[in-house]
Amino acid sequence: MNEIIESVKNLSIGFNSQKGKQISILRNVSTNIKKGETVGIVGESGSGKSTLALAMMGYIKQGLFPLKGECLFKSDDLLKMSSRQLEKIRGRKIAMIPQNAGQALTPNLKIGYQIDEALRLHTDLNKTERDKKISELLNKVRLPSPETMAFRYPHELSGGQQQRVAVAMALAGKPDLLLLDEPTTGLDVTTQAHVLELLRFIAKDTGTSMIYVSHDLGAIAQVSDRIVVMYAGEIVLEGPARKILKEPIHPYTYGLLKSIPKLSLAGLPASMPGSQPQPGSINEGCSFYDRCNLATDNCKKNSPDLEHIKKLDTNVRCFNYKELINQNNNLQTSITKKSNNSEANEVLKLKDVSISYAKQKFFDQLLNKISDQNPTVKDINIDIKKGETIALVGESGSGKSTILKSIAGLLKTKDGQIKFENDRILSSDLKMRNPNDLRAIQLIFQNPDESLNPNHTVEQILSQPLKLYFNLSGEELKKNIIDLLKKVRLGEFYMSRYPRQLSGGEKQRVAVARAFAAKPDIILCDEVTSALDVSVQAAVLNLLQQLKEDLGTTYVFVSHDLAVVRAISDRVAVLYQGRLCEIGPSQNVYKFPSHPYTEVLLGAVLEPDPDIKPKLVAEDIVEEKPPEKGCSFQGRCPRKIGDICNSKVPPWQIGENGNAIRCHINIEELASLQQ
Amino acid sequence: MENNLITEDIQKNKLEKAFEILKTMASKPSGLIGLTIVLFHVVLALISPYIAPYDYKAISPNTMLLAPSAEHWFGTDSLGRDVFTRTILGGRTALTVTFFGSLIALLWGGLLGIFCGLVGGKIDDVVMRVVDAFLSIPWILAMLLIVSLLGTSTEVLIPALGFFYGKGIVRVARAATHDVIAKDFIVSARARGHSNMSIIWNEIIPNVRDAILVEGAMRWSWMLLGFSSLSFLGFGVSPPTPDWGLMISNARGLMSFAYWSVIAPIVGLSSLIIGINLTADAFAKALGIDRSTKAPV
Amino acid sequence: MLLLILKRIGLGLITLFIVSLITFVGVEVLPGDACTTYLEREAYGAALDACIKRLGLDVPAYERYLDWAANVVRGDFGYSLSGEMPINEVLGPRVKNSLVLASVSILIGIPLAIVLGIITALWRDKLPDIMISTITIFSMTIPEFISATLLILIVAIWLGWLPGIVIIPSDATFYELLSNIILPVVAISMIMTAHMARMVRSSVIQVMASDYVQMAILKGVPYWKMVFRHVLPNALLPAINVVALTIAWLLGGVVVTEVVFNYPGLGRLVIESISNRDLPVVQALAIILASIYVGINLIADLMTLMLNPRLKSLQIRK
Repeated sequence: MNEIIESVKNLSIGFNSQKGKQISILRNVSTNIKKGETVGIVGESGSGKSTLALAMMGYIKQGLFPLKGECLFKSDDLLKMSSRQLEKIRGRKIAMIPQNAGQALTPNLKIGYQIDEALRLHTDLNKTERDKKISELLNKVRLPSPETMAFRYPHELSGGQQQRVAVAMALAGKPDLLLLDEPTTGLDVTTQAHVLELLRFIAKDTGTSMIYVSHDLGAIAQVSDRIVVMYAGEIVLEGPARKILKEPIHPYTYGLLKSIPKLSLAGLPASMPGSQPQPGSINEGCSFYDRCNLATDNCKKNSPDLEHIKKLDTNVRCFNYKELINQNNNLQTSITKKSNNSEANEVLKLKDVSISYAKQKFFDQLLNKISDQNPTVKDINIDIKKGETIALVGESGSGKSTILKSIAGLLKTKDGQIKFENDRILSSDLKMRNPNDLRAIQLIFQNPDESLNPNHTVEQILSQPLKLYFNLSGEELKKNIIDLLKKVRLGEFYMSRYPRQLSGGEKQRVAVARAFAAKPDIILCDEVTSALDVSVQAAVLNLLQQLKEDLGTTYVFVSHDLAVVRAISDRVAVLYQGRLCEIGPSQNVYKFPSHPYTEVLLGAVLEPDPDIKPKLVAEDIVEEKPPEKGCSFQGRCPRKIGDICNSKVPPWQIGENGNAIRCHINIEELASLQQ
Repeated sequence: MENNLITEDIQKNKLEKAFEILKTMASKPSGLIGLTIVLFHVVLALISPYIAPYDYKAISPNTMLLAPSAEHWFGTDSLGRDVFTRTILGGRTALTVTFFGSLIALLWGGLLGIFCGLVGGKIDDVVMRVVDAFLSIPWILAMLLIVSLLGTSTEVLIPALGFFYGKGIVRVARAATHDVIAKDFIVSARARGHSNMSIIWNEIIPNVRDAILVEGAMRWSWMLLGFSSLSFLGFGVSPPTPDWGLMISNARGLMSFAYWSVIAPIVGLSSLIIGINLTADAFAKALGIDRSTKAPV
Repeated sequence: MLLLILKRIGLGLITLFIVSLITFVGVEVLPGDACTTYLEREAYGAALDACIKRLGLDVPAYERYLDWAANVVRGDFGYSLSGEMPINEVLGPRVKNSLVLASVSILIGIPLAIVLGIITALWRDKLPDIMISTITIFSMTIPEFISATLLILIVAIWLGWLPGIVIIPSDATFYELLSNIILPVVAISMIMTAHMARMVRSSVIQVMASDYVQMAILKGVPYWKMVFRHVLPNALLPAINVVALTIAWLLGGVVVTEVVFNYPGLGRLVIESISNRDLPVVQALAIILASIYVGINLIADLMTLMLNPRLKSLQIRK
């Protein structure tokens, strides 16, 4: 059991900058992988975790090269091997399961061929044996109808199925070590839980060692025996999974765990200041110095070594780790939000809204005649109170962003009305809305790289709404811009910068500032934290909450991340296939999920805690279209009662704790079923 | 993602930015060579009338088909005219016509392309059908027809060339606009309620400008190729105006014993086209656009 | 699938229809009609009347168009003014000669371009790439008439290896043609090959950087196997359409090259008919050349449709 399969020794990898400087993105990394264990490597984007994983297969991306150190696979250095030798190891001894299987499967080759290729390369089986093996493998990864699956092309499968094919392909060569590079990122919550469950099963079944690389501590917590935490190209903490997650003794890991929103906790997570340094910008001292609240002068000048602490069986790169040893009960705390006034007036009402997704072009929205009998979004009724944060949650295809767009006037509704302030009907055509209504409703997008014009400076970006709505110019304009930047905690000097010169978190702050520039009543937030790193996400969430408390803004918050929604929202609406399933106050929906879909969704969430296992109640089938009749969830519902679910749209029921659900089963009965 | 270079915290204004692009272009040998050649030709075109040693149209039976010598560096042609004089003057018409032709192409092609990209739908379909139809008539046939019916004056050539070479720019501008239009910053501007003109001016044009400019630079070299082909066929500038295409065409029949009168204009024309091409390539690279995937239509 | 093919064919026909309109209207709006243009100073009296009668210029324009279009659809292009004979008879041998020239150029050019493109991509920024790419830039930018002239000067005049000028009648046999077209083929395929090679190069480079190629490497697929199974099919598929456009563009080069080598093909007919101001022939040429363009693009479209698994199964996901 203690046999080491692969060990990395003092590995540094870097590249040459344009100015001829050598910049390292991995620095002095050493670790061992033992037979049969699963090691989780966790870190934010840019921490060097993927580079490390690829190096462990002897693969260095173009433009990078090893500076020093070695990657020993059973005493042979992979970095010194010829490509001929590597071909014998890759796929046979060490196999890779890639991040985005949709892009990692060759588009012109059938699934069967791609698995067969691995078998031909790495086994001595003949044709019939291989064919048998292919269906065996497809069966093992629990793909439906393995016989026909082999004859399909990658693009014909759903994301989860593609990922399973990648797993089957990796298993074909019976490797000793499996490398998984963010294998569940980008999948829906329920699919992710299923794939993870499959991986865990395979690890146990085959006894293969695994290296699981991810930014998601939730996923890492579910699979790993040991965890390696990377920061700015270094290992900062390494040890048994339980120890790392429950008693993190490195300030970065500690802060990271605190900044992750958790399902079990109401209120906002604590945030960490700043962001990870760029490669090459670290000179001397600890790379975490800027963001650390334990930092001393010593940390600024000297960089700590990885120190082994016998008692905890942990390696840590910190001078002051002792201060954290007894603080770990603090991990389960959060910042409480100021509760909003439940007596407030309704500011926005959605009444029987249906939206059909015909592709919209810029000028010809008027020409589109919509005659869809089975619209993407149907019968949405939500009343939004002034000053509250209402969240729309659901998996991809649930129509949550579509609803947001139609509130903003970017998509025409097919039926129903959107009423704003005193029941005034908002035109579903953007051009027909009056300027004040346009000002009152603002949008923040998921990806600031796309939502900020790359050719404009921050000053130009922020001056647009100020000029448009308030006709500001000259000194006054400038003063307002500086005020806005201050509001989102950015200095005045950011004005002359272009978006590409900002970090992800800074960009999103600019986007937030732009929305607030209009002094809006309602802000529509479309997955605003999804593109951000965890440690930055918490800061943006706190900023949004602070601004709301100061200015009394109403948020409509769309997200697929249930924990984030739990942290920020006052009320939640759960959507499936464009239909409402459940709506109610956050604390109740999360504590007593009534609708079967809410139950499935919440059960699949991965918490950064090895003691909380996901519950897999429903199949992870992907449905292309909402069903024409009956309940929207009929296809996957674990509590389906019969024909009535297929034929009749379920009625609304209101439970005693204030949740409203749409289900044919009595709400109290549902509650007792879940006990 | 991980080998991103460190973001440089340098603020630049427009002029500095243009200078920066020039510097990037000149940092590679091919770009430097291209820029030098183009600069050389432009300067030459400006000063050649003042430095030309002979009269370009002076015919002299005494000096017919002389080999290169100290008096006539590049020799003389079949009418006794000095080849050096005619060569250094031979690029002026070509440069002027194609430069203004490219501007016209850039203007109408760019605007129509952006318009189509914005409008989408039926109007876009119809316009692109017509553009496709124009593309499918070989340019040379159309140009020859126009020139033979309307004459070879620059007033005819510039707009005609501008029109035919603008078709390709329409496609590029349209595709670039299509890409930009889907971006969230456009959606954001629309949702804020900016007018269409303001969106086009502030959000779209700055983001499609580079692609269109690169395409325009490329068109310039192709237009030069097309224009000199016309001259060569006898449908470009009219004699005795010195023009490389025409000179090659005239000297071609006698090149078995007077190769110099054909080599000089060939070198002149080829170097200019290569120079413009290298410059356009370097320009595209400096702006981060890959131009090798485009067909020369 | 069938519907998609029919749609593409329909679009091609619409394009041809627009081309016929453009050429017809173009000739109408330009000063003078076919007869006055052709006869120039002799455009009076009996000669003009006879010409007008022969071309039917005395009926309204739209009727003439319909008449002409109907005849074209039946394959009859009308009457040549300068040759004093049906256009079909003038065109027949010319079309054949040009097709021979163009197809030989394409048959040599495309495989060569693919090989060069792949070599330059796989040895990117190494010696073979730098050498081939430099040559490519030169041959891509130098106009056909210059390369043709230089070829004649060097190969025919200085070295004396091949005849510089094609001296064959327009109804020469296929074998006679072949021995005469070596230099024209080289001149034509130079530009085309260079363009396509560059295209293939960047397409291959793009695919080489894709996730699935990295995956194939990490799966232990040997290099050349990876290139042939995983890279090339995906790199060459998008190249088909661009290659088609390049071929269509080659038509213009064919005209110039044919003039330089005095080759009796469509290209020279273009120059002759324009010099003679023989508008009916010009119109016929425009339609024929446009049909070739549309035809090539249609073939490219259909090939892409056939080969692309994504379109094959017609399940296009977002």
